[in-house]
Amino acid sequence: MLERSGYTKLRVKMILTTLGFSLIPLLILGYTIYRQFEISHTNKILQNLNHITENKRRTLDLFLNERLSQLTAIAYTHRLQYFLEPETFERVFTLLQARSKYYIDLGIIDHNGDHVVYTGPYQTIRTANYKDEEWFQQVQAKGIYISDVFMGRRNYPHFIIAVMRREGDKSWILRATIDSDIFDSLVQSDQLGANGDAFLLNAENILQSKPRFGPRLLGKMDLGAFSRFPGVRSEMIEVGGKQYLFGLAWLENKNWLLAIRDDPTEELMPLKRTRHLVWVILAGGLLLIAGGTVLTSTTIIAQLVRSEREKATLNASLTQSSKMASLGKMAAGVAHEVNNPLAIIKEKAGWMRDLLSEEDLKASPNFKEYEDAITKIEYHVTRAKDVTHRLLGFARRMDPIHEDIDINQVLNQTITFLENEARYRAIEIHTAFQKDLPFVASDSAQLQQVFLNIIDNAIDAIGKDGGITIRTQAVHDPDEVIISITDTGPGISAEKLDKIFDPFFTTKKVGEGTGLGLTISFSIIQKLGGKINVESQEGQGATFIISLPLRKA
Amino acid sequence: MDIKILLVDDESDFVETMAKRFGIRKMPIDTARSGQEALELLAAQDYDVVILDVRMPGMDGLETLREIREKNPLTEVIMLTGHASLEAGMQGMNLGAYDYILKPADFDELLDKVRTAFERKELNAKSRKQGG
Repeated sequence: MLERSGYTKLRVKMILTTLGFSLIPLLILGYTIYRQFEISHTNKILQNLNHITENKRRTLDLFLNERLSQLTAIAYTHRLQYFLEPETFERVFTLLQARSKYYIDLGIIDHNGDHVVYTGPYQTIRTANYKDEEWFQQVQAKGIYISDVFMGRRNYPHFIIAVMRREGDKSWILRATIDSDIFDSLVQSDQLGANGDAFLLNAENILQSKPRFGPRLLGKMDLGAFSRFPGVRSEMIEVGGKQYLFGLAWLENKNWLLAIRDDPTEELMPLKRTRHLVWVILAGGLLLIAGGTVLTSTTIIAQLVRSEREKATLNASLTQSSKMASLGKMAAGVAHEVNNPLAIIKEKAGWMRDLLSEEDLKASPNFKEYEDAITKIEYHVTRAKDVTHRLLGFARRMDPIHEDIDINQVLNQTITFLENEARYRAIEIHTAFQKDLPFVASDSAQLQQVFLNIIDNAIDAIGKDGGITIRTQAVHDPDEVIISITDTGPGISAEKLDKIFDPFFTTKKVGEGTGLGLTISFSIIQKLGGKINVESQEGQGATFIISLPLRKA
Repeated sequence: MDIKILLVDDESDFVETMAKRFGIRKMPIDTARSGQEALELLAAQDYDVVILDVRMPGMDGLETLREIREKNPLTEVIMLTGHASLEAGMQGMNLGAYDYILKPADFDELLDKVRTAFERKELNAKSRKQGG
């Protein structure tokens, strides 16, 4: 039988194995599904972001292209002379503004950098000279120029587009100032969500449009250095200690970077929800599986303990039976070896008695002594014979008969045999019989011998003054009748309990008991398909419990 | 009425004493120390009753019994079993022994059995004569 700790270990092992085998696939499944969802969801977000970024970039490029085309068209349709008429120039500007309100002013600068004609609200810059300005150099060199957004002389965020025209050996520049607010409206849109953002950056990471969050126009927004790249790119960038997803694209007409910021918390909300759901399902599954596993293992272990216990009981009774069998064989052998010499002694004594009956010996003065001696020899041979015959009786195979018997009646009969003896010793015999006890298919003569042995032992154990209680009771599953015989004697010590059914084990005085009574009782009950047990503690009496099956299996 | 008795046992002391006890009762008996010897004696003359020990070295009681029943079917046999599992006795009865008795036996009981065995033998012999 396994120790308790062994069962615990086994149980833990079972639980862990089952959990392992069921949880690992569950976890893998959960992770895979979540991962797949994450990938497809992220792809969708990125696609969406790239799409928006690309659209905006096109819009911005288109806007700049249109402005450039307009100005180029104006510059190349008329000579400088034509524009020098202030009314004419005024009319051109009004025409421009009619198409696009974002034009602030318009001016022409000659090859010396002098403002030759101007129309717009900032009359103070009419006379300005731009010869040393950087943009002037640039436009001289490249023919067209688009500036970054700046405050400049007008002290208002704007940018300029300048187009140079060569006329003979001279050149002049048509320059338009455009309100940079246009970018804010072009860049921002509702597509970006509650926390999304979009803005333009120049090469030095200076904001060219107003972002919804963070620094103001012309402030610095550090997204890191990006060299020009074609198309659209998406990046995770940390801004202000928070990770954001950015869609990035360089404009074609200007060295500006369009940045579309996606709000990750908003966009990743479904992902978060999915992750949450996955965890909930996993936790639920875990609880279910763990509960099931614990329940199953508890049931199995309980079953195991029960069957181990049954096995142990069976083993004990098998051990007892085989002990009985071998002891029986030995007893038979001993009985035989003793019986032959006993037979000779008996016959020799008989011969002596035969001889004593002759006349002349009767006259012998020691005749009486001889006769006494022979009588004693014969008496003790008979005593020895009783032992060996009982031994043989124990060893021989009995075939018990099976008749329907009323145990209560058999017990009552047995008690009548012993009543006188008990009364003489002031021992009371109480009975507590169950009424309507079912019949038992058994052998009443043999059972009577068993009851007689046990009650007789009880009387001997008590000696004087005491009580014996005999109970009967029917139980179910298995269907049995239980007979218990309890005495108020001195009890039996633990080491004697182990040997109580062994042959020749006796606590009685020499000559009073053979030590075979309980041995025979045990083998009778066993042959009847029942069980016999003793429960006792020293000083507290003893109880013999016999269980008999209603039908022999 | 003379009963011709043969006692078969391997224990000399037992056989001798029994012979004396039968002798003093005016019932002389023959003795044999083995199954083989008993069969030889039986071949030479008729016996009414054979007292046969079950356990003997060499040819044992049951074997001897079988032989006797075959060759001298009228002779009655009383089995004497010292080791006496009752089974051996019972087996003997099945093989046609008249009775069995456990060692150490009571002499008077044995005498009774011998007498009744003889009576039966006489009866059997008579009926056989009439029938034959």
